[in-house]
Amino acid sequence: MTQPRSLLWQIVLLILVIALCVFPFYWMVTTSLKTQVVALEAPPVWIFEPTLDNYREALFEDGVLRTLINSLVIAVSTTLLALVLGVPAAFALARFEFRGKKDLWFWFITNRMVSPIVLALPFFLIARNLGLLDKHITLVLIYLTFNLPIVIWIVTDQFRGIPYDLDEAARLEGASQWTIMRKICLPLAMPGIAVSAIFSFIFSWNELLFGLILTRSEAKTAPAMAVSFMEGYNLPYGKIMATSTLIVIPVLIFALIASKQLVRGLTMGAVK
Amino acid sequence: MQNKVSRGTLLGFLGPAVLGLALVGIAPLLYALWTSLHFFNLTKLKKIEFIGLENYWTVLTDGVFWQAMGRTFFLLGTALPLQIALGLGIALLLHQPGLTLLKTLARLSLVLPMATTYAVVGLLGQVMFNQKFGVMNQLLGGADINWIGDPQNAFAMIIFWDVWQWTPFVALVLLAGLTMVPGEVEEAARLETKSWWVILRHVQLPFLLPGLTAVLILRTADTLKLFDMVFTLTRGGPGAATEFISLMIQRVGFRAFDQGLASAQAVILLIITIILARIYIRVFYKEV
Repeated sequence: MTQPRSLLWQIVLLILVIALCVFPFYWMVTTSLKTQVVALEAPPVWIFEPTLDNYREALFEDGVLRTLINSLVIAVSTTLLALVLGVPAAFALARFEFRGKKDLWFWFITNRMVSPIVLALPFFLIARNLGLLDKHITLVLIYLTFNLPIVIWIVTDQFRGIPYDLDEAARLEGASQWTIMRKICLPLAMPGIAVSAIFSFIFSWNELLFGLILTRSEAKTAPAMAVSFMEGYNLPYGKIMATSTLIVIPVLIFALIASKQLVRGLTMGAVK
Repeated sequence: MQNKVSRGTLLGFLGPAVLGLALVGIAPLLYALWTSLHFFNLTKLKKIEFIGLENYWTVLTDGVFWQAMGRTFFLLGTALPLQIALGLGIALLLHQPGLTLLKTLARLSLVLPMATTYAVVGLLGQVMFNQKFGVMNQLLGGADINWIGDPQNAFAMIIFWDVWQWTPFVALVLLAGLTMVPGEVEEAARLETKSWWVILRHVQLPFLLPGLTAVLILRTADTLKLFDMVFTLTRGGPGAATEFISLMIQRVGFRAFDQGLASAQAVILLIITIILARIYIRVFYKEV
């Protein structure tokens, strides 16, 4: 059916798509391996002697390592908290009948649409009054505004897919709802829970605005750190790209693992 | 097939999540509402004073606010059609039979841009679009374009990165729609006509509509939220050329320190968001 000429076109276009998606990453990684002198050469050079100095300096002298650890601690904690709060709620939304369920569901889901800047202003003032600026716990709690909805969205979906007969059988044997969730539904819902955890992690890890406004040094996140390299003249481009590479790599690995569900997760609240 | 449970059970399952989200999602909004009714400047904290709706009046009559709003929707209006056109092209390309390996590779590469930390996209933009040592001017045949310092070029650059980051998302959403078209229907149509346009318009479009609506809604919300990438790339500049709504509120609140005014702007932005959200709920989210 397919003519060879159109097949050739397809190959060319596919390679173009791949190149366009990947090229910025290639450029980021190669720039991170350049010395400042090489990085500032105009026009830019493509072949050079790579060095890991930017990584060494950024990680151990400028404190990027600590901000990466902060980001990791915050992203993992907020994800765990979102799961602990969100999974039972998702179970209730999937299994129980109650008044106001629809409104509750909408409220959970539409949180995704609120611009973070709307929340950032009051969070800053509240955190300042409570002495919670520059504390990990502050970001852990605040990130729930987007992690909890994503967990509820994906896990509710997953619970709905589990046959109700299983619950019924267990209930006849006298199991409580809590036991049913833990012993029967939770193991079956693990794929969805894992995916929602990956999303929650990615969103928290990628977040800049709250990190920028609510941390200074102790709890500074990696994206906020990368931005703070942008002060002044003669910017250390190699180091900025090294930090960027360190930030992006874990996310890309997770995203590739969850690539099949990525679209579903990102369309949260907009498709059934 | 669902069951009624006792109040206690319901509360046990739902209570923690509701309480948690109310604490971080609603309480701050009430506080913002309070702030917005006061003169509240971070540099003059002794002079916090109730001023009623004055901040709202300032915002609603403030050209800068509406310019930022207009700029935000202008970005949406230019970037979104590009994303849909390119995304549809890529989806149709990936929907063709054959070349499995290359297509799998393409699908995996599409995942990369949308997972990239938004702040990193902006930093990358700084490096790649630098007038002197940026690779973009080199790829354009040694052009000498001042991307970051020129208002129009800076805006074009923001569009470029928004399109780069979110076209893959549109492509994958539409591809999911294309795979919903029953095989027999598509084959029968292909026997009738050779025109891809006719097939797209009459056979595939109905299956693409839910995805397109989702894209429209989410891109609208995300453009209203857009902050990280622009902040790291241009900080809203040069001048106010790329100062979109979220950036402007951030500047008023944290660089001009006028928390009262910024809160009023935030509340108005929230109201606009809620109106848009309600419209979308009405339009096509009918079932729970």
